[in-house]
Amino acid sequence: MSTAGFNSQNGTGTGQTYANGPSQNPVALQQLPGVSYGMTNQPPYNPVQAKAPAPPGPGLYPAGLYQPIPPVSSYQPGPPPTSYPSSAGQPLLPRPPMGGHPSHTPPQSASPSPGPRMPMPPAQATPPPPSVSSSSYYPNPQQPMTPAWQYNTPTPPLGPATSISAPPMGPVANHVNPAATLAGPSLPSSASYSSAAPLPPPPNMSYSTTQPPGPGMPPTSLHGYTQPGVAPPPMNPMAPHTYQGQSNRPAYGPPPTGPTPAGPPPTMKPTSFPTGPPVANATPPPPKADGAVAGNGPQATNSYNHLDNKMAGPTQPGPPGRHLGHYPSLPPGYQNTSAPHATPPIHPAMQAATQPYTQAPQPYQQPPGGPGPAQLSPSLAAMSLQSSTPEALRVVNLLQERNLLPPAPVPAPTPCLTQDLQKLNCSPEVFRSTLTSIPQTQSLLNKAKMPLGLLLHPFKDLSQLPVVTSSTIVRCRFCRTYINPFVSFLDQRRWKCNLCYRVNDVPEEFMYNPVSRSYGEPHKRPEVQNATIEFIAPSEYMLRPPQPAVYLFVLDVSHNAVETGYLNVFCQSLLDNISSLPGDSRTKVGFITFDSTIHFYNLQEGLSQPQMLIVSDIEDIFLPTPDSLLVNLNESKELVQDLLKSLPNLFEKTMETQSALGSALQAAFKLLSPTGGRMSVFQTQLPNLGVGALQSREDPNQRASAKDIQHLAPATDFYKKLALDCSSQQVAVDLFLLSAQYCDLASLGCISRYSAGSVYYYPSYHHQHNPAQVERFQKDLKRYLTRKIGFEAVMRIRCTKGLSIHTFHGNFFVRSTDLLSLPNVNPDAGFAVQMSIEENLDDMQVVSFQAALLYTSSKGERRIRVHTLCLPVVNSLSDIFAGADVQAITGLLACMAVDRSVTASLSDARDAMTNAAIDSLMSYRQSVLTIQQPGLLVPACLRLFPLYILALLKQKAFRTGTSTRLDDRVFAMLQLKYQPLAYAMLMIHPALYRVDDLTDEGALNINERTIPQPRLLQLSVEKLSREGAFLMDAGIVIYLWIGRNCHSNFLTQVLGVPNYAAVPDNLYLLPELDTAESQRTRAFIGWLRDQRPFFPSLHIIRDESQLKASFMQNMIEDRTESALSYYEFLLHLQQQISK
Amino acid sequence: MEAAVFILSLVDCCALIFLSVYFIITLSDLECDYINARACCSKLNKVIDLLPPCLSTMLMLVSMHWFILLLNLPVAAWNIYRYLKVPMGNMGVFDPTEIHNRGLLKSHMKEAMIKLGYHLLCFFIYLYSMILALIND
Repeated sequence: MSTAGFNSQNGTGTGQTYANGPSQNPVALQQLPGVSYGMTNQPPYNPVQAKAPAPPGPGLYPAGLYQPIPPVSSYQPGPPPTSYPSSAGQPLLPRPPMGGHPSHTPPQSASPSPGPRMPMPPAQATPPPPSVSSSSYYPNPQQPMTPAWQYNTPTPPLGPATSISAPPMGPVANHVNPAATLAGPSLPSSASYSSAAPLPPPPNMSYSTTQPPGPGMPPTSLHGYTQPGVAPPPMNPMAPHTYQGQSNRPAYGPPPTGPTPAGPPPTMKPTSFPTGPPVANATPPPPKADGAVAGNGPQATNSYNHLDNKMAGPTQPGPPGRHLGHYPSLPPGYQNTSAPHATPPIHPAMQAATQPYTQAPQPYQQPPGGPGPAQLSPSLAAMSLQSSTPEALRVVNLLQERNLLPPAPVPAPTPCLTQDLQKLNCSPEVFRSTLTSIPQTQSLLNKAKMPLGLLLHPFKDLSQLPVVTSSTIVRCRFCRTYINPFVSFLDQRRWKCNLCYRVNDVPEEFMYNPVSRSYGEPHKRPEVQNATIEFIAPSEYMLRPPQPAVYLFVLDVSHNAVETGYLNVFCQSLLDNISSLPGDSRTKVGFITFDSTIHFYNLQEGLSQPQMLIVSDIEDIFLPTPDSLLVNLNESKELVQDLLKSLPNLFEKTMETQSALGSALQAAFKLLSPTGGRMSVFQTQLPNLGVGALQSREDPNQRASAKDIQHLAPATDFYKKLALDCSSQQVAVDLFLLSAQYCDLASLGCISRYSAGSVYYYPSYHHQHNPAQVERFQKDLKRYLTRKIGFEAVMRIRCTKGLSIHTFHGNFFVRSTDLLSLPNVNPDAGFAVQMSIEENLDDMQVVSFQAALLYTSSKGERRIRVHTLCLPVVNSLSDIFAGADVQAITGLLACMAVDRSVTASLSDARDAMTNAAIDSLMSYRQSVLTIQQPGLLVPACLRLFPLYILALLKQKAFRTGTSTRLDDRVFAMLQLKYQPLAYAMLMIHPALYRVDDLTDEGALNINERTIPQPRLLQLSVEKLSREGAFLMDAGIVIYLWIGRNCHSNFLTQVLGVPNYAAVPDNLYLLPELDTAESQRTRAFIGWLRDQRPFFPSLHIIRDESQLKASFMQNMIEDRTESALSYYEFLLHLQQQISK
Repeated sequence: MEAAVFILSLVDCCALIFLSVYFIITLSDLECDYINARACCSKLNKVIDLLPPCLSTMLMLVSMHWFILLLNLPVAAWNIYRYLKVPMGNMGVFDPTEIHNRGLLKSHMKEAMIKLGYHLLCFFIYLYSMILALIND
């Protein structure tokens, strides 16, 4: 059990903390990295800040509608004054929900560290578009009420708003926390586990000295927690120890302090745990007064800031720009963004009527250096007790608030877990759930009318990945789950699986911790400290010896292909990257070219030059010399290089126009099937000869039709069958389609879709006429050839008993109920699954999902990458809504809509998307909202939902009425299913920035390069101005739109042209000028490009450019001839909802 | 003559019952992960459960047993409809790439169960009618 390969992450920062304090203290202090995690890991987020500098009056905030019903309890998880005698001799500080750890970070308000980044723009009080009767524009006004999706197994009568009348459910749940269910601590040894469990594994640190195992926990500290409500001794250093992370699942949560919640049962039911802050809340502040102030960490200050807001009054505008900590640092359910005013509530409807557009910025504001938390009086704390709504549930009236787009990309919401669990949780970039709070029952899920699913990016390139080499990989004996941070250790020798809840033994080897080189601490093993981990698998995980890296290139060399000139680019790219192809000494390559015949290349070592073998019998394909067509790259490198140099010239004069792609694929499959590997197919036209021949199905006149789009499904099952054959032989097919004409991607795409390949599409590729595509092709090829690859992979997604997966999205073949067969896996592949709740999750506080990807690396190692995600279970609709992840929901809906368009029809899919928005918002209105008021009311976490749905309706994949080539549409659909969420979101809702006035203010600094950060603009023409230049980042393409009266400064300094008229028509490169403006612009574009694995091409467009239409089509909020504007869409939604 | 018709129908019905049971077993094998989707679907697609219901429908039509014809007609129509509705790109009624999606496996299973029940019912009706016909003869 040597774990030589283990690279600990996070470990570095914790070392010095050991110096301070008594033996238990180190653990407390080690929470420090956690604090910094909370701050740095979560992008700052301030949706409304920059929008309205106008000082919001105290009565403007619509969340005030919660005021009339002061929740009995508040989010303030700290013990209320009664139960919290000021034993420490200091003001009664309401403890923030998560700030239990004595962090030494100064409070947020005192350190405006990130600095105001954004210049505050003038208030964009955009007048609402003329209110048009939406039904007259909506294409299908009569039928949108049909049940939308399968996840809504129609439950027509939306349950009455039972039991969920109190809005601030989430926070309330804190207090019922079963804190005291310290079942665990009775086992002294487990107490010591739990205390250290959430720590990152510090390297070279012997735990045994600092943390005596076993009964090292002083009983007093336990006492402090088993006696909730009683203030523990002030000097208690054990604060964070109380987290019973792995050992005692039920021990979460603070002592049940005072207020009884209105919503959730006031009992000590453990179900309310997930929303609870760590027990540590119960500890009193550290004795030093300044320490108490400082010790609250960033979360703490946030909660005070809102109080500050109230104190400082409405004239205190927040600092512009982002500010750290606010939104992300608290789980959505806990943020105290409650009504910022303590004035008697004005009727919200009145407010709404009188104060359009000025509402709501306040809760986000964070006044610079307001009164310190220490100055808060208890009465203020009490005030905040009364007015708490989790930020995610703040009511937003979409018809009145327009500038909802956050200035920076939307971060993923944080699940309502205790901080310790959350710290261990899987990164949202890898593993994301549409609902970060899982409903307890299927009927609850049906009531919420939101899809439940996971979005995965399992093979993402990670900068830090702990790798473990171990002879035995510890797994549950029953369900084969890999051991993970969310299992519980019953004692030193037994652990309980968090998926099937059965008890397993801890193997002897697992007792030794290679990180600390100590014995008897299984809970500190890297497997239990990291939600994402990689194992080097022993031989039991191999069905056959790990295959070598095998790459076969299948190239179209018909006349059409030679005409496009792609062969030169391909051969050159491969020549350049041939030594960086991932692989080892066994790597094999091979080439096949085809037109109406199939050409093989004998590259056997010892030949003086490559030998071409032509097989013209395409009906019954055979391999002429089976063993010399795939050759070892190292041995035959020169021959391969020779071939690549001569290949473009070889077919220069070909007049063959036919393409026998089907036969070529069959030949390639035969060649690869003994080993498995990757087949890269380059195709430039519709295959029209032999097996798999296709006919053109596209009628150009129907491209813009508003009627149903035909031919989205494959025309033949040939490619699907072949793909399944490939899949069973561990062959993946990647398709590069470079074509100006219709190629029936719907049929051809199947070959990649079911063999876990990827599809690249370069419409109108031509080496001379379309340099932007050439550049994109080059860059994509480079990435494609050199990126990491996993061979003969399978991925299994397991979930806690009671949940099951019912639909899969992505490129793979589902071999059995939860096993995806992935002949190849690449770092750019995303997956999505839809889940259903088969059994009630009544007695569970958290559920877990585990994705385990078993693959052979290019070096011939069998590896397993395991990701585990843990999410809380909730039992109220408002909690479900508070945990909704709008981007993930949009991504999953897009996948479902693609399926729907293929199996049913496009209009069906469009209706279903609209209905998805209507249903969930209606459910929110009926079940969660307590006060009905006019307008389109949505919870803050879903405020972008209608916008994203509208964006989907206008997306290339689903739009109607605009001329869209069938292949473009099908490609967009493939991408929506296959792209990881972050990139798919850009395709759905592009990002618009103004770039003619880039400044270094608030810029990022990466590798000595300053990257300006302009703010996101809404996708509306009104945001454009003729004086500016605007950059639109639409995923695979970036447009730079130059206004007619653009500052000459920008034209000369960035574009290098004297005036607007001199901007060339087909500009796709920014000149490298030595000016600050040019550097900034290029740095920004380069930074955008670096963030994604593919290469977005840049188009610089003017008003007269042909591409202006595609730029304008991305202006989602505007009305087009065939589609609603955002405001009209909102009106339509409102009409449907209030029906 | 009448007896012969019912004896034929009975044989036909037995075949159908057997088929339904075979479907259920194969599908539940897939559910329990004993076979993979590809094998399961190629097995099921090979078996044509299209002909037998049509056969008994035709028999009843010819022999002018209107009630039993009415009983048979929906199933025959449903089977034909299902075959006609298979998209071009799919590999038959059971498509290995789809079967794990959108709860298709469950709905196939349900369908096989319903058919089994229906055929059992038919079996006894035929049996009764056959005995009746034999006695009348």
